[in-house]
Amino acid sequence: MPTGNADAGRGAAADDRRCQLQSGSAGDVMTETTPPTPLRLPLRVGRPRRWQVLPIIEIVVLAIAVLLPFVLKDYLTVYATRVLILCLFALSFDLVWGYAGIMSFGQAVFFGTAGYGVALIARDLGVTSIMLVLPAGLLIGLTFALLLGGFLLLGRHPSSVIFVSLGTLTGSYAADRVARGWYYLGGQNGIPSIPPMTIGSYDITEGPVYYYLTLGILLAVYLLCRFLVRSQFGLALAGLRENEQRIAFFGYQVQRLKAIIFSFAGAIAGLAGSLYAFHEGFVWPNMLGVVMSTQVVLYVLFGGSGTLIGAVIGTVAIEAVSFWLSNSYQDIWPIILGVLLLLVILFRPAGLISLVLSERERVGNFGQPPKEGDRGSS
Amino acid sequence: MALLEARGLIKIFGKLTALNGADLTVAENEFHGLIGPNGSGKSTLMKCVAGAEIPTSGTVTFGARDISQASPAERARAGMSLKFQITSVLPALTLYDNILLALQAQTSIPSLVFSRSRGVLHDRAMAMLEQFRLVDRAVEPASALSHGQQQWLEIAMALAPEPKLLLLDEPTGGMSLEERRVTGELLAPIKKKCSLVIVEHDLDFIRDICDRLTVLDQGSVLDCGTVAHIQSSARVQEVYLRRA
Repeated sequence: MPTGNADAGRGAAADDRRCQLQSGSAGDVMTETTPPTPLRLPLRVGRPRRWQVLPIIEIVVLAIAVLLPFVLKDYLTVYATRVLILCLFALSFDLVWGYAGIMSFGQAVFFGTAGYGVALIARDLGVTSIMLVLPAGLLIGLTFALLLGGFLLLGRHPSSVIFVSLGTLTGSYAADRVARGWYYLGGQNGIPSIPPMTIGSYDITEGPVYYYLTLGILLAVYLLCRFLVRSQFGLALAGLRENEQRIAFFGYQVQRLKAIIFSFAGAIAGLAGSLYAFHEGFVWPNMLGVVMSTQVVLYVLFGGSGTLIGAVIGTVAIEAVSFWLSNSYQDIWPIILGVLLLLVILFRPAGLISLVLSERERVGNFGQPPKEGDRGSS
Repeated sequence: MALLEARGLIKIFGKLTALNGADLTVAENEFHGLIGPNGSGKSTLMKCVAGAEIPTSGTVTFGARDISQASPAERARAGMSLKFQITSVLPALTLYDNILLALQAQTSIPSLVFSRSRGVLHDRAMAMLEQFRLVDRAVEPASALSHGQQQWLEIAMALAPEPKLLLLDEPTGGMSLEERRVTGELLAPIKKKCSLVIVEHDLDFIRDICDRLTVLDQGSVLDCGTVAHIQSSARVQEVYLRRA
């Protein structure tokens, strides 16, 4: 090739590189170029030998939860049960936002429809057996999440965050309005005096029994979620969260993955909603609405998204603080709470849990091959 | 038979005609270079082939299948793999997990949930890291890598699923001379395993590894042929000299 020709080509190359630098895509080219050294290191992917913080937090939280009813007064155990149910609800939001990067501002739709559903089943059909009403609540949550998620997420092209968040928000608002206007659902007042959930001929009433039932369910769901987010499926979710456009080019069916996790989370929200309905003994339109949907977002952001335990901690922290504030500062407590939340989100965008948890541990490792002598699932 | 055939691709963005009837034919196991001045439509052509853009008109056939309207995921599942111009490794994940993410893309969802392919894919993931000289950094997050190493990681990710066709958009962009040389070495062993379409400004680099070249200018094909043919083409020289 004549030299002039080649030089012209290089000139073009140089131009292009300048463009790249301006656009910032190749920012660190000049500063850091590690010479490629041929390496012959043993083929091992070890876990970085650092102390793992997450399991410790999980065990401590579980221990506190198990012991709590022994130290709390009865009416506080009832309050604590409500908080545990909300923790379950928060887990569902953490799955969709913290793990899959789907901004759902309508998680209360699944919580509330399930609550209303089981309330109607109990009121009109007289069915209160725990073996029927909890699966029913779960199914209702799942069904509504499939419908809403199918509509919002299963398009030809992956939907944008803003589309999904507005879509779910609208869904939540619409559900709230429908419930308020529908006489059969009790309108503004909701459905009062739902009979207690039963197991055999025994009534499960609020108090320690309901508390430990909820704790058991929460623990089971937590472990299931933990298994899921640390599996290879969890790696796909991480890819979805980090760069969904990119992973589509690997062959991931991005829309389908999102719809699956959204529906799964909807089922969990449904389970939480049905527990809530029987615990409170009534359901009302707020359970479906924007307030509840926003509240769960705050729980998770406050505690730290994408860790599961952060959702639990956030829920407990917000509920405990608002309980204490509403007793001590009856008039201005929502303002204090709001400022607190703002401060955390401003200075600790990764939530309370980031005070003790490193970003690397939060993201975690997925490629722990079983043959390395590891137990596999983390 | 040609593995990839793009015929009469036209892509119009608003008032800009990025591609104006471009063709591209790549045979099996062929290394095909795509060159041309800035703004000649190289990247747009790559995007139309990979599915990042749907052409305004024209067809893309891959294997024997018309994939003109297929989604990126469908194309990937058919055996196409892409490295973007701008590196898009997943910075928060470890190198190993980046590779595993690419490898497990076609594992079924139930198998993913129960992590059934994790063991099987381990050797392949380690082999890729070894091949691209990144094995000692396997458990570091990708954000800790230099720009050049991120490019390698991305090539490794594109290559990991053993595609039939690899599309590389400026693999040596922003690399030092030494890194370019190594990149050439890294790409050499994949010859005979898959076809390659490469967009690159470094003409020396492309001359060394490609069998055939397509030269684009203003959205259409100026010339196409073996490296020797292009080097002696008067039309190609004219375009490059005009721009100089």
